[in-house]
Amino acid sequence: MNRRDLTRFLVFAAIMVAIPFLPFVPDFWVTLLDFVGLASLVALGLVMLTGVGGMTSFGQAAFVGFGAYATALLTTAYGWSPWLTLPVSLAVTVAAALVIGLVTVRLSGHYLPLGTIAWGICFYYLFGNLKTLGAYDGISSVPPLSIFGMPLLDSRSFYFVVWGFVLAAILATANLLDSRVGRSIRALRSGAAAAESVGVNVWRAKLTVFVYAALLAGLSGWLYAHFQRAVTPGVFSLTVGIEYLLMAVLGGAGYIYGAILGAGIVVVLKNFLQDLLPLFFGAGGNYEGIVFGILLIVMLQGARDGLWPVIAGRLGKAAPRVVDATGTLPGRGFDAGDGALLRVQGARRLFGGLVAVDNVSFEVGRGEIVGLIGPNGAGKSTTFNLVTGVLALSGGEIHFEDERVDGLGPEQIAARRIARTFQHVKLAPTMSVLENVAIGAHLRGRAGMVSGIMRLDREEERRIFGEAARQIERVGLAEAMHQPAGALALGQQRLAEIARALCLDPKLLLLDEPAAGLRHLEKQALADLIRRLRDEGMSVLLVEHDMDFVMQLTDHIVVLNFGARIATGAPAEIQRDPAVIEAYLGSPA
Amino acid sequence: MDVTIALFLIQDGIINGAIYALLAVALVLVFAVTRVILIPQGEFVTFAGLSLAAMETGSVPGAVWLLLVLAAAAAAMDAGAALRERSPAKAVRLAAWNLVPAIAIAAAVLAMVPLQLGLGVNIVLCAALIVPMGPYLYRVAFQPLADASVLVLLIASVGAHLALTALGLVLFGAEGYRTSPVVSGSFQIGPLFVTGQSLLVVGATLALLAGLALFFGRTLIGKALMASAINRRGARLVGIPTMLSGRIAFAMAAAIGVVSAVLVAPLTTLYYDSGFIIGLKGFVAAIIGGLGAYPAAVAAALAVGLLEAFSSFWASAFKEVIVFASILPVLLWRSLTSTHGDEED
Repeated sequence: MNRRDLTRFLVFAAIMVAIPFLPFVPDFWVTLLDFVGLASLVALGLVMLTGVGGMTSFGQAAFVGFGAYATALLTTAYGWSPWLTLPVSLAVTVAAALVIGLVTVRLSGHYLPLGTIAWGICFYYLFGNLKTLGAYDGISSVPPLSIFGMPLLDSRSFYFVVWGFVLAAILATANLLDSRVGRSIRALRSGAAAAESVGVNVWRAKLTVFVYAALLAGLSGWLYAHFQRAVTPGVFSLTVGIEYLLMAVLGGAGYIYGAILGAGIVVVLKNFLQDLLPLFFGAGGNYEGIVFGILLIVMLQGARDGLWPVIAGRLGKAAPRVVDATGTLPGRGFDAGDGALLRVQGARRLFGGLVAVDNVSFEVGRGEIVGLIGPNGAGKSTTFNLVTGVLALSGGEIHFEDERVDGLGPEQIAARRIARTFQHVKLAPTMSVLENVAIGAHLRGRAGMVSGIMRLDREEERRIFGEAARQIERVGLAEAMHQPAGALALGQQRLAEIARALCLDPKLLLLDEPAAGLRHLEKQALADLIRRLRDEGMSVLLVEHDMDFVMQLTDHIVVLNFGARIATGAPAEIQRDPAVIEAYLGSPA
Repeated sequence: MDVTIALFLIQDGIINGAIYALLAVALVLVFAVTRVILIPQGEFVTFAGLSLAAMETGSVPGAVWLLLVLAAAAAAMDAGAALRERSPAKAVRLAAWNLVPAIAIAAAVLAMVPLQLGLGVNIVLCAALIVPMGPYLYRVAFQPLADASVLVLLIASVGAHLALTALGLVLFGAEGYRTSPVVSGSFQIGPLFVTGQSLLVVGATLALLAGLALFFGRTLIGKALMASAINRRGARLVGIPTMLSGRIAFAMAAAIGVVSAVLVAPLTTLYYDSGFIIGLKGFVAAIIGGLGAYPAAVAAALAVGLLEAFSSFWASAFKEVIVFASILPVLLWRSLTSTHGDEED
């Protein structure tokens, strides 16, 4: 957490702790704030899941239910003490989240939120029909929490427990976001391809954030059961799940304090709507539902980023991250070895009836720059995707350092030190260039979620960011290091992708049109960089349309046309090759 | 389970399945044309059914006021957009275009309902009341988001559902109603007791599905809608306005909701919030059909109806759990087999 965030947290914590001591704050408001705290926990999880991880869930209320029912059942039917049930409640929630998550995180696009609606409804009916859980009557007479034998019966004493957990959750979430695991989760939003290409296991990252969000919801449920002293299935219905999502959308789905703000607005508004509107319109209505539904639509139409960014914009910008230039990750060097580094043998790829890559063979030697050229649609990017495991081969074999690597997934390819850039740049636009590049070092760190949350990863983080900064300087983007990646010109974004790929410490670097969008001098600098990389021992395979760039830089060229290899050889030979000239200029008819 | 029970369950499943099929087709239609996953589809059913029930007793359904409010909101939004283009004349014209039909319909309903002119007139009035809500809803909630992702549209759709269900409670109260059947009488086929209304459900569903097939295959509007569904930008380039196709799709969805209500309201008691569960089952079917194929959706709807009927026999308390849980493997299978990844949305 940087200084601004720490100050912000301390100010927020001080205000929240002070509120119940203020003599003019009535009990009514303290009770309301208890509910805000309970909802904040769930909304914080949603910020991680939806705002950061890009997975929209309408079903979080079900996880609140798991936490609440677990403790309600154990304390009433089996006489457990409430504090003893906390780990059990959380364990039940995590177990449920793992099972549900295994299916849910594999759902793509809009199927995912639809899936959350489906299980959100399922669990409501399940809670409501299980006799053990008291069916639709729920479980009552849940014992209160007690501290040192003092039962926390009133809302003022309970306040400190709830908000203690909320403040801890804010810290944990902020720490998690600013960690190796957090970066891999944040990278998910701009598409899985880039994260996979640097070795992030996308399913695992998605499941991690799914379980984390569920854990916070389960904690909220456990607290709820002992605050309300009763649980009923209605509290965990889909409608409540929708309200949680409204909190995240209202506050701003990507922001920690947005979750608190959204939870505060929704809870307070709900209370007043339930009290006030029946006075005007008669009792028996669910007026807050009308207002919340309309509010959700209005927010999407008018302020899709939520309210928090508007407020945060007035609070000033964060100071750029301090990078310790001495931080470094040990390079793993290059082995001399005999034979080619990469061997592509008879690679074939079909899309339906279309043969995109047809029996293509070539090699990339150690410390060699190989150009892959050809007219548009020749199959160059498809070849890249075959080598990096994004697409499966329809036929043929790919070997890397005498190991057969076709059939491996992208993150396994990355683990073999093959790094790539993309023809269509894939950076997280709102993250800084530095953080984007640091994702590239994912496989060179080992800190997990817990050590990230506990801040035990600082030494490793120092090294990762030092390394990232060095790679950024290497590609010539030092001045832009702290800017959001989306603010850069396209050519510079391509350079940032190269820096990210270099952070992987690759043996083989695949560059897809690296010079596109660069000016002449920048191209020269890029060519110099690629030559230096080769001289250090790295192998480079590049697709590029700028022929001068390719001809002056490469040791060897492979020419594709209509998916097939039509020529291979040194640049000078390729320039004279009649088949190549025909492919580019057409035959002299 | 003996044959009689099995036959009874099958009959029950087919009748429910027919309703789900209609709703599934509406959902597929709306999704194809506007990319909106219409969670509030079921609300059209309950609003129509409960309005019909109110009219039977000679009382004016609360939906009249909703229609006027929606029309006013649509008028305000259209006029506001025109004023931003600095054309007051257009603003007035658009406002009138939105308001006049709604006011006329409301006046007709207010005047004619107390006369209790019989079921036929009531059905026409009910359709006049509910069908325009579709386009108004599209204008107010979804048209400003026409270029947003499917995900944003889905969240807006959930918001619309939340607001409409809550409105349903205000407009119709918490009590459940059943309407009198369109076709009365019943007869015995072997061991099976068949009501005229249930035959009507199956017959009307088949007729409507056939009609929709003709509409999309043979008429210009139908073809234009299909064109918008396949390629929105392309359709716009050849002169089919997305906005209009969106309104038409929503009108059709609301109309299908009215038909479903007329068919189902005599068979099941409808509450203000029944629509959601009925709609979602249509939705399960639409998803199984991949949100794109009408015949697959219809077949899936029958399967859902049968699954529901049989699970209500074997595990009646868990029938909703079983039906909604059945969607998860389908979603998973759809996700794993769909070629476009998660980046498209």
